[in-house]
Amino acid sequence: MSSVAAIGTEHRLVFVRTAPAPSLPPPFASTGVIGWTRANLFGTPFNAVMTVLVVLLFIWVVPPLVRFLLVDAVWTGSDRQACLATVAHPEVGACWAFVREHLAYFTYGSYPIDGRWRVDIFFAMLAVGMGWLLWLNAPHRGLGALYFFGIFPIVSFFLLYGLPALGLEIVDTSRWGGLMVTVVVAAVGIVFSLPLGILLALGRRSHMPALKTVSVVFIEFVRGVPLVTVLFMASVMLPLFLPPAWSPDKLVRALVGVALFSSAYMAEVVRAGLQAIPRGQWEAASALGLGYWQTLRFVVLPPALRITIPNILNTYVGLFKDTTLVFFVGIYDFLKTIEAAREDPTWATPVTSVSGYAFAALFYFTCCYSMSRYATSIERRLGRSERR
Amino acid sequence: MANAPASTPEVPFLRDPRVRSVLWQALLILLLIAAAVGLFLLAAANLQRAHITSGFGFWNQPAGFDISQTLIDYSSSTSTYGRAFWVGLCNTLLVAAVGIVLATIVGFTIGIARLSTNWLVAHLAAGYVQLIRNVPLVLQLLFWYNAVLKALPNFGDSIHLPGGGYLNNRGLYLPAVDFGGGGDVVLAALGAAIAIMIALVVLARRGRIAAGLATALALAGLIGLPVGAALVSGAQVSFVFPQLSRFNVRGGLEMTPELVALLTGLVIYTGAFIAETVRAGLSAVQRGQVEAAQALGLSRLLTLRRVIIPQAMRVIIPPLTSQYLNLTKNSSLAVAIGYPDLVQIFTGTVLNQTGQAVEIVAVTMAVYLVISLTTSFVMNIYNARMALRER
Amino acid sequence: MTAMEAVDGGVASQMSRESAVEIRGLNKWFGEFQVLRDVDLTLRRGERIVVCGPSGSGKSTLIRCINGLEVFQKGDLVVDGIPLGNDVKNLAKVRREVGMVFQQFNLFPHLTVMENCTLAPINVRKIPQMQAEEIALKFLKRVRIPEQADKYPGQLSGGQQQRVAIARALCMSPKLMLFDEPTSALDPEMVKEVLDTMVQLAVDGMTMIVVTHEMGFARQVADRVVFMDAGQIVEINTPTEFFTHPQHERTKLFLSQILK
Repeated sequence: MSSVAAIGTEHRLVFVRTAPAPSLPPPFASTGVIGWTRANLFGTPFNAVMTVLVVLLFIWVVPPLVRFLLVDAVWTGSDRQACLATVAHPEVGACWAFVREHLAYFTYGSYPIDGRWRVDIFFAMLAVGMGWLLWLNAPHRGLGALYFFGIFPIVSFFLLYGLPALGLEIVDTSRWGGLMVTVVVAAVGIVFSLPLGILLALGRRSHMPALKTVSVVFIEFVRGVPLVTVLFMASVMLPLFLPPAWSPDKLVRALVGVALFSSAYMAEVVRAGLQAIPRGQWEAASALGLGYWQTLRFVVLPPALRITIPNILNTYVGLFKDTTLVFFVGIYDFLKTIEAAREDPTWATPVTSVSGYAFAALFYFTCCYSMSRYATSIERRLGRSERR
Repeated sequence: MANAPASTPEVPFLRDPRVRSVLWQALLILLLIAAAVGLFLLAAANLQRAHITSGFGFWNQPAGFDISQTLIDYSSSTSTYGRAFWVGLCNTLLVAAVGIVLATIVGFTIGIARLSTNWLVAHLAAGYVQLIRNVPLVLQLLFWYNAVLKALPNFGDSIHLPGGGYLNNRGLYLPAVDFGGGGDVVLAALGAAIAIMIALVVLARRGRIAAGLATALALAGLIGLPVGAALVSGAQVSFVFPQLSRFNVRGGLEMTPELVALLTGLVIYTGAFIAETVRAGLSAVQRGQVEAAQALGLSRLLTLRRVIIPQAMRVIIPPLTSQYLNLTKNSSLAVAIGYPDLVQIFTGTVLNQTGQAVEIVAVTMAVYLVISLTTSFVMNIYNARMALRER
Repeated sequence: MTAMEAVDGGVASQMSRESAVEIRGLNKWFGEFQVLRDVDLTLRRGERIVVCGPSGSGKSTLIRCINGLEVFQKGDLVVDGIPLGNDVKNLAKVRREVGMVFQQFNLFPHLTVMENCTLAPINVRKIPQMQAEEIALKFLKRVRIPEQADKYPGQLSGGQQQRVAIARALCMSPKLMLFDEPTSALDPEMVKEVLDTMVQLAVDGMTMIVVTHEMGFARQVADRVVFMDAGQIVEINTPTEFFTHPQHERTKLFLSQILK
């Protein structure tokens, strides 16, 4: 035992531990729920005030919102009477009856009722294609790419538009509307923007000045103008540049505009991926005797695309949101059908508009949010596999 | 025997990669020229067939339609299409300028809130960003215009805003500042005060004068100069408050519901994206920097000002300008709610009336291109100057 | 009473006036995991301690507690007579008197070398700019790179950057210097220049705690070597004794691994 009367700790020159120090549990107030609350909600006076304010905000906003969307909402009915405030029913919430009545219109537009099975098949094929490509462990993803970028577009075209030879009667695009149109526009954008974007990106990185200039000019031009003007250009100017016999219909014009627009943005995304591939890869490939296109196919593009999958997916999310702009060139996409239905006098109530918009917002949010979450999870998984 | 010097082997002309490259490019250029010429001829034929004139003669023809918001003089009877173009352009620039300022404020606040140590605040900000980013802007604009602004009460039941403004379904009415007689002097004094303030900031940054002194002088100048000018010149500067009567509101600054809806939608939408940019920039500053600053004894405020913000701004500013550009381009969605911006007036009404699609769309695109390219150009210069010097 | 054996050689000193750092019963948890257990240590003024141990032993965490970069849940920590607890003013006082050199240098990349060194003296100690620059130049001369004063950290080599970091800390005239593995991130040929600087600093009388694996440095300069493992102090001894006659099993194991 030390015989030194120490004030405070002893200044030991030599010390050897003979028994291990006990492992103790942390102090009560520093872990668990109490510790977490203290640290994260009430750490400083400012934080405590903010916590109180946020809780008050929640109390002010959430109950009325829940009441509007769920509790007081009207789920069934056939016209505006169902959603009007009456003496018996003074508090009227969202008019979901309005949405239910028009659900078919929102999905198929004015597509003939007996032809709607074709649209359903189209949806199913799209789902299969997306699932095949997005599931990272799917077998034969090369086949999947061929299906999604090659077979699917062609088959869908005949399915939706019609092929008299097979008994599928022609349905003019002016009757297409609603979710179907949104999906078609988005799908066309997705299918065409990636290959076109890759070509543009390669062109931009080319050493041939003419090719590089053309690519740069196209990309910067398209990225510098609003999508609305590109759509106007496509819808108003395209008929001028084609002989009258070839006059393209409205939907095709919008599709051309969307495809061109998104390919320019995709080009930049792909270019970033290509730049991430070190020069050494190109050099090793050419030392092995591989040509330019072979190097691209086997050595450069696969890792480049893998790296930029999250960004590609995010660009697709932006594309999906941009489909709402075909609104302005007279195409009846999902949002426009809701707009049109909203103005229907048989359903005119104070809550119709909000209900319609809430439904639309819910739909778009679900699709876009799921896609971005998926992109984030891929990013994380890719990050993990890159680490040694 | 000496070796004869090696001569360059003869490569067949067409197999020389340089020759090939030139040939491919020549082919490309030829194709493009052919396509351009072809399209041009086709377009000319089609236009002639439809009896649409070409050229910019329409620019000086009378417009004959009304515009609901004009920042410059315009009358439906005497003004030309060209005039209408300028009105639309001014409206677009107005929305862009005000939108950028407000969106920056919103974006920085939310972005900083995302990094708050308070769990509730951080997640609330994150939720806001996710919600706004995943709903199309068109839908948000329609919502603000149709579901909110149109649902506001009539004049008689206007919402009274603190500070003397009114909000109803005909618009937002705010108090305006009237630089009545001799107000120009006061405005000039204000301008001079701002210039002095900037000079003081630069001097303080270089360490020539103490920061405290600079702040005091700047504040004094900002308040003193305009007030002094007003007193000296006897100018009348007053606040004009909107006067509410039963059917009208007189005086004050009037903002149409279209403008209010467009601004609200754009600011909230772009603010969410700016928030993400700000968050990424602040997170990019390594923790070690903060620790080094703390170890040196720097206060939190000083660490923020001299260590975190300079480094964060380098990362924030390029994507921030691209968000500003997006806001400007997105203002073209004014078409959805009838706000008279450049696209709505020019590519909408004027194009419908004259039918000269090619010229009008080309001019509109040119305007946006000029804005975008100028901004990118300035941004590149800024980036080159700000790049951290490395060996 | 914990069963600890204090072999003689310990001297009861008038602690508060002579000690630079007093640590008593320090315990720290990261969530449920205990990273420091019952740490007792005293550092006298002018003394140099080297702390070593396997990774994860808590040695970095310990010295980061000394200038408040980490908080502890239980125990006492007194630096230069100032108790470190939850008091913000005490924390600021401590950080003024304690300098730290990091493994990753952590120089401010957007400021020149001179600006890096004068930022804190001007804004914390309120020294006028001209004087701060003179002091900076003096310390830059001491670490033997005065000619780099107007360069940016990105333009310097690793060894030069670390020496600037040392000068930056010295410009605040600290009473105690903490070094957290200062040479671990350097290429081998630059380790010597930084160690030489640190040796010179020690010779000039600076109180220092150095976490490092550089045993040559320990032998040359340290008054005591502290060996930590699994969050607790396992052995303390003079350098010669520590390296030639390690007493604890774990010390022997550790030394056999790094002195191969």
